[in-house]
Amino acid sequence: MVPLNWYLMLSAVVFMIGVFGFLTRKNIIIMFMSVELMLNGVNISLIAFSHYLQDMRGQILVFFIITVAAAEAAIGLAIIIALFRNKSTAHVDEMNEMKG
Amino acid sequence: MNNYLLIPFLPLAAFLINILLGRNFLKEKAHWVSILAVAGSWVVAVMALVDTMAGKTINEDLYSWFVSGNFKVSVGFLIDQLTAVMLIVVTTCSMLIHIYSVGYMHGDKGFYRFFAYLSLFTFCMLMLVMANNFLQLYFGWEGVGLCSYFLIGYYFDKKSASDAGKKAFIVNRFGDFGFGLGIIMIFLTFGTVYYEPVFAQAGGFANHTVNFLGYDVHLMTLIALLLFCGSIGKSAQMPLHVWLPDAMEGPTPVSALIHAATMVTAGVFLVARCSPIFSLSETALMVVALTGAITSLFAATIGLVQNDIKRIIAYSTISQLGYMFLACGVGAYSAGVFHLYTHAFFKALLFLCAGSVMHAMAGELNLQKMGGLKKYMPVTYITMLLASLSIAGVPGFAGFFSKDEILWLAYSGPSPVGKLVWGIGTVVAFLTALYSFRLIFLTFHGKFRGTHEQEHHLHESPKVMTIPLILLCVGAIASGWVGIPHLLGGGAHFTEFMKPVLGHPEGHGTHSEEWMVMAVSVIAGFSGIGLAYFMYLKRADIPVRLAARFSAVHKILLNKYYVDEFYSFLIVRPAIWIAKNILIGITDAKIIEAIVNGIPKAIGGFSQVIRKVQTGFLQHYATIMATGILIIVAIMLLR
Repeated sequence: MVPLNWYLMLSAVVFMIGVFGFLTRKNIIIMFMSVELMLNGVNISLIAFSHYLQDMRGQILVFFIITVAAAEAAIGLAIIIALFRNKSTAHVDEMNEMKG
Repeated sequence: MNNYLLIPFLPLAAFLINILLGRNFLKEKAHWVSILAVAGSWVVAVMALVDTMAGKTINEDLYSWFVSGNFKVSVGFLIDQLTAVMLIVVTTCSMLIHIYSVGYMHGDKGFYRFFAYLSLFTFCMLMLVMANNFLQLYFGWEGVGLCSYFLIGYYFDKKSASDAGKKAFIVNRFGDFGFGLGIIMIFLTFGTVYYEPVFAQAGGFANHTVNFLGYDVHLMTLIALLLFCGSIGKSAQMPLHVWLPDAMEGPTPVSALIHAATMVTAGVFLVARCSPIFSLSETALMVVALTGAITSLFAATIGLVQNDIKRIIAYSTISQLGYMFLACGVGAYSAGVFHLYTHAFFKALLFLCAGSVMHAMAGELNLQKMGGLKKYMPVTYITMLLASLSIAGVPGFAGFFSKDEILWLAYSGPSPVGKLVWGIGTVVAFLTALYSFRLIFLTFHGKFRGTHEQEHHLHESPKVMTIPLILLCVGAIASGWVGIPHLLGGGAHFTEFMKPVLGHPEGHGTHSEEWMVMAVSVIAGFSGIGLAYFMYLKRADIPVRLAARFSAVHKILLNKYYVDEFYSFLIVRPAIWIAKNILIGITDAKIIEAIVNGIPKAIGGFSQVIRKVQTGFLQHYATIMATGILIIVAIMLLR
């Protein structure tokens, strides 16, 4: 029996990899993948708690997150392709139209 | 009543039409609208006079103007004997001067504007005289002041004209402040601003006193003097007379209508209208009489040495207004109003003649450059001569009857200063004749002293100008015949007519005394004319020698007793100093601008600092967000 703490540590590690990947990498595809990593890090902890507490609601929430993540991946990739067609780059520093 | 509404509202309609459509549509035809409107008013005013003579007076509210607590004011009209006479004076002069202006203002680029303002003025003046309460009177009062400002500054591209307009307006402020306070005092005392209840109750307050600035003051004296402040300003009496001579910067028809015949007499009208209040205070009446007497003497002496043809007539106006106040001050209100009525005709005529002369002289105003105009402009000469005979008080002319009545009632009336002001009045009668005929002789007689070019240009004015002169001349001669005294076999109808409003002036004296007063004033008038003839025609060297001999006196008179300089030193320059150094220098620059500019500057500076956060790099935002979340989580955990 793997104790709960281990799952939580795995979850935290995956989440933090996602965070640092998002903050440090400049390629928009990598950043997008990092977002997915963060989501999955959260999913791991939800599943772990669900199993530990014998409560199915956690797993239901995970299904929702996977669904949303799929939708997000579809839209996000579409946006990225559109961006790439416009800018012919995937480097985020080139995309600073919001700069005040 | 309904018909009478046309009297003020026809000119108002003309004003609206001219001001809205004049520039683009009416242009050179603008005068038709104004003239037809004022002619309509005149017809209705004559009907009003006829009705009033049949004993029918009207006092009706038209509609509620405003109501606040127990303070109710309506726009309403009172048409009684006094109003009827004022209506005739205002509409007649206004109509003739409108017609004259067609010729005088011909070709001016602001033609429509001029007629629009004249109509607005006529409306305001009619509202003033037809009011049945003090507030509406005040509305008209300020309205005519505004129009006066517009029309003095009519040639606003000329600095002296716009300055004169401002001066007139500001000087009037001083008087109107007192007038406003007077109306407030009336409301506080009587709880209403309608004439009828105020005058009815005034007697009940005859012995009341009121605390004013720490002194116990007789209530009626206070109210009367505050109202009189307004009169002093509007009617250019000492010490607020300084605006009227400068007001001559306006076009001459304006000087004739506003600054001679109608607006400036509003002060006299006010005193006459408030006679029930003034009569309750001997002090106030004395102040009125002395102010009038001193002003008339003071202005007449200045008039003796001036060289500007319009300014001489302006000082003459101030002097004659002083005469009217003198009359009111000795309790002879009807005599004051009688003089107002005759004066309107001959003084408007004098101004219009001066305008006609200016027209011929291409705008020249200096008497010393005229002379011998008699043969070039006979109509102007004869009408102006007749007007001067009238103002000099030659028997038979209008001015004689009104002046004589004033002098007689001053002499015989109960006023403690009656004999004194009679003496001053007689001296002024002499001076009036002297300066009026100095004007006539220097302008129309002798040799022409202007340039050759001017002489070549001399011509009589067109008919549209001379016909109003002739019509006014009829008024200048005949308007006095309604008030021929009993002594000369007349019926003194004017006084009788005014009796219901102004009461009957008290005069106690024998017939021989009355003859004496009349003889003295006639002798004074004729000797003034004679002296003018001798000094300015026969021995033209005398005035020069006199001026050299009494150079100090001459200089003082020429500089109008230095009143303008005195005000400039006492009020104008300190006011400008305060404005420049305190209001602009400190209040405006250091306080208001500091606040107004400081707030945006502070916001701008702060935003300069925080805008650096907005880099536009997605990852910077994400970093900030992550850091924020970490901090929140840390706080939650460590708590």
